[in-house]
Amino acid sequence: MSLLGFCQWLEGTSWSIALHESLWVYPIVESVHVLTLCLFLGTAILVDLRLLGLMMRRVPFTEVFDRLQPWTMAGFVLMVISGALLFYAIPVRTYLNIFFRVKVVMLLLAGVNVWVFYRTVYRRVADWDLDGIPPKAARWAGGVSLVLWAGIVVAGRMIAYNWFDAPGVH
Amino acid sequence: MSLLPFFEWCENTGVGHAIRNSLWLFPVIESFHLLALAMIGGAILIVDLRLLGFGLKRQPAAQLLRDAEPWLIGGLVVMVTSGVLLFTSEAIKCYYSSAFWTKMTFLFPALVFTFTVRRRVATAEEGRWRPLWGKLVAVVSVSLWSVVGAAGRWIGFSG
Repeated sequence: MSLLGFCQWLEGTSWSIALHESLWVYPIVESVHVLTLCLFLGTAILVDLRLLGLMMRRVPFTEVFDRLQPWTMAGFVLMVISGALLFYAIPVRTYLNIFFRVKVVMLLLAGVNVWVFYRTVYRRVADWDLDGIPPKAARWAGGVSLVLWAGIVVAGRMIAYNWFDAPGVH
Repeated sequence: MSLLPFFEWCENTGVGHAIRNSLWLFPVIESFHLLALAMIGGAILIVDLRLLGFGLKRQPAAQLLRDAEPWLIGGLVVMVTSGVLLFTSEAIKCYYSSAFWTKMTFLFPALVFTFTVRRRVATAEEGRWRPLWGKLVAVVSVSLWSVVGAAGRWIGFSG
């Protein structure tokens, strides 16, 4: 089955239709998705700013990272669940939407950025943990993360607009 | 006196017209509004979590507040600028939206509370206030800002 075929099957399931047509549940799920930005992205931004040496320079990086990570992860879980439900409510249109595809690609790149960070400069964190301004590779990781997440938010917002939708898809 | 004439005037400004007539402007300004939301969320939460005994609890709340404050103010500047622009493009819709009035009703006390009581309690010397006061302040702060955020989202669902 193709991805499109899968989305078409998903769209025909009764729960998808119920969610799509619900008066309250869909807006509530969407609001959770938006407001969780404060928890997920808000705490992720703080870590990125610390990596860039722009905030909390006197606090060891690992302290910022370790103490905020549970909150970032909790926000991420809420984001994924609410995001999956939003997709489930409108699968075919979302799958075909250019902004959704751009968002997925940037999400993957953000994941790669974290992976590279863990595999490289984070391994030597003991050497720069107390540095107010972390080494270049760490600053890059923070900067790339900020740019990608900003792009993800913008692309995510644009999914709601149908400028480039194929005719007849809604 | 009704505020409706003022809202009508806002909607008829050149800026309001320009945003309404553009395909891209509203979503682009909205995107800045959302990015500022995340920044403000982080800058508020790091202090409120600390007051509640979570997050960076080994750092003094006063220090965290001073670290976060420039980012909070920067976020608020972007938020209010983008918010005013969004408002001018649909002021009359806002006038009839209860979500809009709820948001404004909570926004004012949220701002005042953040820069008076919350700031005073968070930057006080350790031990000056009982931790319970700090926790109470954090709960009030998160509650006020949550209503502002949720009501703000709801403006988009009304009308």
